[in-house]
Amino acid sequence: MGYERQADFGTPEVCSDTPVTLTIDGRAVTVPAGTSVMRAAGQCGGSIPSLCATDSVAAFGSCRMCLVEIEGRRGTPASCTTPVEPGMVVHTQTPKLAKLRRSVMELYISDHPLDCLTCSASGDCELQDTAAEVGLRDVRYGFDGANHLGLPVDTSNPYFDFDPSKCIACSRCVRACDEVQGTLALTIDGRGFVSKVSAGQAADDFLSSECVSCGACVAACPTATLQEKAVKEIGKPERAVVTTCAYCGVGCTFRAEMKGEQLVRMVPWKDGKANRGHSCVKGRFAWGYANHQDRITKPMIRESVDQPWREVSWEEALSYTAGKLNSIKAQYGARALGGITSSRCTNEEVWLVQKLVRAGFGSNNVDTCARVCHSPTGYGLSKTFGTSAGTQDFDSVMHADVVMVIGANPTDGHPVFASRLKRRLRQGAKLIVIDPRRIDLVKSPHIEAAHHLALQPGTNVAVLTAMAHVIVTEGLADEAFIRERCDWDEYQDWSAFVAQERHSPEVLEPVTRVPASELRAAARLYATGGNGAIYYGLGVTEHSQGSSTVMSIANLAMVTGNIGRSGVGVNPLRGQNNVQGSCDMGSFPHELPGYRHIAGPEVRGSFEADWQVSLDPEPGLRIPNMLDAALDGSFRALYVQGEDILQSDPNTHHVAAGLKAMDLVIVHDLFLNETANYAHVFLPGSTFLEKTGTFTNAERRIQMVRKVMEPANGLEDWEVTQALARAMGLDWNYADSAQIMDEVARLTPTFAGVSHARLDAEGSLQWPVNAAHPDGSPIMHVDGFVRGKGKFMVTDYVPTDERTGPRYPLLLTTGRILSQYNVGAQTRRTANTVWHPEDLLEMHPSDAENRGLKDGDWARLASRTGETTLRVTVTDRVAPGVVYTTFHHPATQANVVTTEYSDWATNCPEYKVTAVQVLPSNGPSEWQESYASWSEKSRRISRVAAE
Amino acid sequence: MDVTRLRYMADQIARNLAPQGEAQAIEGTFQHIRDYWDPRMKAAILADDHAALSPIARAAVERLSRG
Repeated sequence: MGYERQADFGTPEVCSDTPVTLTIDGRAVTVPAGTSVMRAAGQCGGSIPSLCATDSVAAFGSCRMCLVEIEGRRGTPASCTTPVEPGMVVHTQTPKLAKLRRSVMELYISDHPLDCLTCSASGDCELQDTAAEVGLRDVRYGFDGANHLGLPVDTSNPYFDFDPSKCIACSRCVRACDEVQGTLALTIDGRGFVSKVSAGQAADDFLSSECVSCGACVAACPTATLQEKAVKEIGKPERAVVTTCAYCGVGCTFRAEMKGEQLVRMVPWKDGKANRGHSCVKGRFAWGYANHQDRITKPMIRESVDQPWREVSWEEALSYTAGKLNSIKAQYGARALGGITSSRCTNEEVWLVQKLVRAGFGSNNVDTCARVCHSPTGYGLSKTFGTSAGTQDFDSVMHADVVMVIGANPTDGHPVFASRLKRRLRQGAKLIVIDPRRIDLVKSPHIEAAHHLALQPGTNVAVLTAMAHVIVTEGLADEAFIRERCDWDEYQDWSAFVAQERHSPEVLEPVTRVPASELRAAARLYATGGNGAIYYGLGVTEHSQGSSTVMSIANLAMVTGNIGRSGVGVNPLRGQNNVQGSCDMGSFPHELPGYRHIAGPEVRGSFEADWQVSLDPEPGLRIPNMLDAALDGSFRALYVQGEDILQSDPNTHHVAAGLKAMDLVIVHDLFLNETANYAHVFLPGSTFLEKTGTFTNAERRIQMVRKVMEPANGLEDWEVTQALARAMGLDWNYADSAQIMDEVARLTPTFAGVSHARLDAEGSLQWPVNAAHPDGSPIMHVDGFVRGKGKFMVTDYVPTDERTGPRYPLLLTTGRILSQYNVGAQTRRTANTVWHPEDLLEMHPSDAENRGLKDGDWARLASRTGETTLRVTVTDRVAPGVVYTTFHHPATQANVVTTEYSDWATNCPEYKVTAVQVLPSNGPSEWQESYASWSEKSRRISRVAAE
Repeated sequence: MDVTRLRYMADQIARNLAPQGEAQAIEGTFQHIRDYWDPRMKAAILADDHAALSPIARAAVERLSRG
């Protein structure tokens, strides 16, 4: 598309079943009751000038520009704050209104710099447009009066500037921060002439304020007051392409606004059903990594990892790699080879990698990053409900009455969803937080959790079983729902189990450290408070009982009847942008695409017939098993696309040893990541801006990713995988990624109705999309569970084997922060480092004092697997005995200290519970120094003979 | 394969399925190993001394050995 501003109807859409018909400028229009006159005018093709109105926030009625005349009424009411009424006759263009609007505009312009020719917003400025629309020709008041033209520009934010001289005090930015983002960082300071937009306290600038840089204020600003620095530097965009964000599992859609081949800005797409026009600092601004100087764009090979890299042509790289793979396969057998798909790549790219492993390598040794994040979700929800995915769309949260957030930190990990959740909470929904840390949601402006169950890390199952105990023993179970929708006999077994006294909150309190009365109150609220919705994250899954916890959650939803309609459900907040899709596409070693076991002859046969190859009927190795097998010599070659297992997976020493033991490690990535330090082949990857395909978000929503610029390396990632397959002798001939999706649809029943053409036409589809659900499935299990009857699974608390003791008396739990993403490969290469330049260790004041540690001190963090050093931040956000850090920076490598303990069912690592000691330190650990030296040596590139 | 680790994995599965009752837990542990473990892992646990396993895991592995 060319460049057009997104449509803006001035006030938000209203949902009502009652239609209202009125007449506007002689045209009859019918809209839902409650709609503003301004919006109704817009919907019938009219245009009422306005400055303070935008349809992302509630009407404000301050600019006095949108005045109208209504027959039978006195005066000239603001159309934005006037709701429609049956039979109303409205006039939006009259001589009286024109005069009034022109007069108001004169006042605005009398205190506005007349620098349109040099202003960065020229041609994309609502003030400029409105001045033209009202026919402003002169300003009777002159420009010599008191004004704001000399106010300094706040350039503190790395992505946008605030120029108060251009501000018209419309409050759109303040209201966007309040209503859309929910941070309430901005305010109008002062009254009358001195009123001005202020970020935080008077001494604050944008960077030091509470602002989270979501960009909602910038998007809402009608002038150049809040303007992206990139627009100032590059100029107004010329065209826009709608695409999908490559950060978290929310799956925000954006308009990539371009000037030639250059990306100017990413603006949230208002029609995007996952984000509804909102964004976070990562998706909105942190895309600069795509052109970072660290980007590798030429293939490289080396015989051994202590040699420098050698740049080679694509032909040489692929021939060398294919030769090595074929040779290893011939010598050691197909099961000595495997691959890791990327949850950051498209569905089509994931499909090809797993196909290459199964059909080309000849094994099922394929895994993905879900192994270390949401594999227990797949297992647990499959066992109980019959499908490996969340049950709701994001819109559902707006119908929830009680929201239970377990082991998730949405404001940091899934910020755009968090903004919608906060909006619902401000409307009055109740909140229960189950988390060892006092996450921001527990108490923030206008939000306070009804209950925060600050449990001891590792006791999720005990807490959830105790909640089930309360619900069952206090007669709060939804028996009608259970009888109709679940297996009644299994329910009776389960309810008898949880009703045992040993599962009562009082008996378990010494284990969970959650006051029994608080737990009982939370259980009662969830069971009786109306629509109960559960949202959970890695604080549920990354435990030795991750799968049990997921099943416990499913049990709670079933026993209370909170499944199968809007406002309820079980909602895993997926981590990476396409982790849902990578799982759907067959990235697990025991399953073919669509979560169907490899041993099933019928399903396997359908793939064998389509691919013209025999498939191994036995499950393959999971990532940790691959590393174990590498150490015993039975696994020798690994193709890793778009993941950095050395930094992201637990027990770094073990991962390094496994990689080092392999004959061939192929890294296909944007950067020489940490895993590449142990690689023999580097295949340069393409960014999400350089490829076409699809991502599937946490609500099973399949959305298009569209190429907006040519790949810097010359090939999209699916093309690289296809070229490697062809070099190995496979006859693959996909002309484009749409053909790959056609194959997905042909072989995967849940994707049967999906195609690029349909996604282009409809925007997005939520799987399953098939004959039974031709338009997709926003909410699952509506008329019955996918597996038939819902299955109550008996789960009991089994303590982790990772125990504290005299040597390691503290419990470490790890997580993420808003400005960084996963291992930081992308966000560390953007200005987001201004907010988080290093990993920090959160520690309770009492623990810090006992160790003589102060805020900012270096500390040695040690576990039985390793040690590292990092700075301490002292905070009561964590409980005594618990410490917390992030894993975004390779210089820290938090996973040096995490252990190989993992979920019993899926081997998802127990990142959330590691026994550690923390002591003062004066510098990097021996391992950090040696790794830094090794890493530098391993990244050497010998630039010769590249074609 | 590191058989110590495999023993731990089998016992951990058994321990978590134990609340379902002994018979179901044995069947569940057997099915889990059958459905999720790579052939070399199965071979390694089958070749190992089953006496080192917990009773449920041992019964499950013996069930696996019978095919």
